[in-house]
Amino acid sequence: MPVTYIQAINQAMQEEMARDENVMLLGEDVGILGGAFKASEGLLERFGSERVLDTPISEALIVGAGVGLAIQGMRPILEMQFIDFIACGFDQIVNMAATLRYRHGGQTSCPIVIRGPCGAGVHGGVYHSQNPEAWFFHVPGLKVVAPATAHDAKGLLKAAIRDDDPVIYLEHKFLYRRIKEDLPEGDHVVPIGKAALRKEGRDLTVITYGSPVHAVMKAARDMASEVDIEVIDLRTLLPYDWKTIRESVTKTGKVLIIHEARLTGGIGGEIAARIAGDLFEYLDGPVMRLASKDTHNAFAGPMEEYIIPNQEKVTEAIRKLAAY
Amino acid sequence: MTEQKERELYFWLRLIREFEDRVSTLDRQGKIQGGVYSGKGQEAVVVGVCHALRSDDWIFPLHRDLGAFLVKGADPNRLMAQIFGRRDGFSKGKDSFLHGGDFSNCIFGATSMLGSTLPVAAGTAYKFKIKQEDRVAIAFFGEGASSRGDVHEAMNFAGIYKLPVVFLCENNFYAYSTPNELQFAVEDVASRAVGYGFKGDVCSGNDLNEVMKAARKAIERARTGDGPTFLECKTYRYHGHSEHDRATYRSEEELITWESRDPIERWEVYLEKRKYDIAAIKEEVGEKVKKIVDDAVAFAEASPVPEGPEAMEDLYATPITEG
Ligand SMILES: Cc1ncc(C[n+]2csc(CCOP(=O)(O)OP(=O)(O)O)c2C)c(N)n1
Ligand SMILES: [Mg+2]
Repeated sequence: MPVTYIQAINQAMQEEMARDENVMLLGEDVGILGGAFKASEGLLERFGSERVLDTPISEALIVGAGVGLAIQGMRPILEMQFIDFIACGFDQIVNMAATLRYRHGGQTSCPIVIRGPCGAGVHGGVYHSQNPEAWFFHVPGLKVVAPATAHDAKGLLKAAIRDDDPVIYLEHKFLYRRIKEDLPEGDHVVPIGKAALRKEGRDLTVITYGSPVHAVMKAARDMASEVDIEVIDLRTLLPYDWKTIRESVTKTGKVLIIHEARLTGGIGGEIAARIAGDLFEYLDGPVMRLASKDTHNAFAGPMEEYIIPNQEKVTEAIRKLAAY
Repeated sequence: MTEQKERELYFWLRLIREFEDRVSTLDRQGKIQGGVYSGKGQEAVVVGVCHALRSDDWIFPLHRDLGAFLVKGADPNRLMAQIFGRRDGFSKGKDSFLHGGDFSNCIFGATSMLGSTLPVAAGTAYKFKIKQEDRVAIAFFGEGASSRGDVHEAMNFAGIYKLPVVFLCENNFYAYSTPNELQFAVEDVASRAVGYGFKGDVCSGNDLNEVMKAARKAIERARTGDGPTFLECKTYRYHGHSEHDRATYRSEEELITWESRDPIERWEVYLEKRKYDIAAIKEEVGEKVKKIVDDAVAFAEASPVPEGPEAMEDLYATPITEG
């Protein structure tokens, strides 16, 4: 039976909690309500209120207590009701969790997963549309993943829960119920650090992740007669899969990086610089980027469309790069 | 209290309810794209507090305090345009609901991050103090928001400097689906005030007379240099957390009990006891508030939808241009 992106998240949590009694879930309204988006529906009933904890509105506590549980051998999943609220737990993430192993000289692990709905395209306005990956991409010791399919939503969450380092798991709320697919039977894990080659192509490479993956795949189909596009879905942003990027760019010689997070200071800038520096002799055009405009996520429809890299802008950017 | 004031208070209660009910209806009709957080049932709190303020006092409302905007003087037309995300809203469409304040009426727009306005209110109050302005700041927040660290930091600071601020907690017994017993181990959140070195007070938020009495005391204390107050008003929201929430986590009986303590009906009973012609007042005020809200909706619908490039405006005092 086809499973939606959000059901895949629910399945991953259920299966991991059933497999390992040290896996638990902390967050606001995750128990009684089953989550603001119903990601944790049924978990309280199945695993009880000690392991599925409705916390007070205290994001710093959620992350900090998660670290406390983790050093005692638990594997907590920490939900931010909207990922925008992760800012309220920032210190505990970048200074506490990310440095834990380092400053203890390797004595301890920090197996926490911080997950929550990110992303624009749903009229969420300034505080319910953010894509905060770049804030954390800058912090060694963290891992950051961003699934684009139900398959990866499940597999990456399982991998994140089993990982011994702090993982920030960004689930795009636009995809929650818009995509559906059959998932493999049994224990299905998607390794952290491996990109997915969504489509092979000869003319140019598009590197993307999260919600824009779908716009890029549509463009690749629609423009098939004009240009043969190779599509890389990064899936993991930190550490990103350089090998897959390198192999693709050395083959196509042209690359466009697309993300919904803002342009300036975004992940695309880092990857572009690496490509320009390491693969210069293979390039047949400028390393290009398409991202949200450098402003806040405005509420009104036309402004939101103006900001985000929608289908039209994706097609236009591909065409521009193909012309080199 | 003069008859005029008593009638005025009634007008505000009814205007807020009419306004919020309309917003809920528009939301159901799909005419509003952002989240709607109805304060229906909690009107006496914002009316009792804001009516006791001067126009140059500042308020810091949270997501359920739409009524505070109205009583503090915000133009209902612009407020409705704000909710519609139109250009005539306080945010000019850049955000919706109560995220855009109205500085001309000393109303601050909150972020979504609950509790984060309290330090800002404390800073505002600190300025009032050092510049010897006898103004006060009112920081509204839910009992749920009181669990955030920002709230603690603001209160601690306000206590040290005896700031002219009132921390106004609307305890409606739930933070989204989470009941109070999962949020804190005390009966009254205001009991924390002792730990900050100032006064805590608790009142019924559904009884306008009680709110006014407690608010007046707290505001007076702030204005005369006696420092902050943690004023907790016990109340209840009739609707779900947002209009999408069916609130299955609470019982029908509980809702019915609270509806029987409706702040507006209570005020009507009070007016009746004062021997006013309540039937006539009801009708007259009912027509008046309906017209205001009708006009506000018409204004909002006529207000332009912002154009895409406007998303780049209002980021900096001097727009950044590349040479
Ligand atoms: C820092 C932060 N975390 C989570 C949320 C999501 N959220 C919005 S309102 C709400 C419940 C608020 O409860 P309370 O403070 O009691 O106010 P009420 O809604 O009951 O008026 C939650 C959890 C938020 N807005 N900000
Ligand atoms: Mg509450």
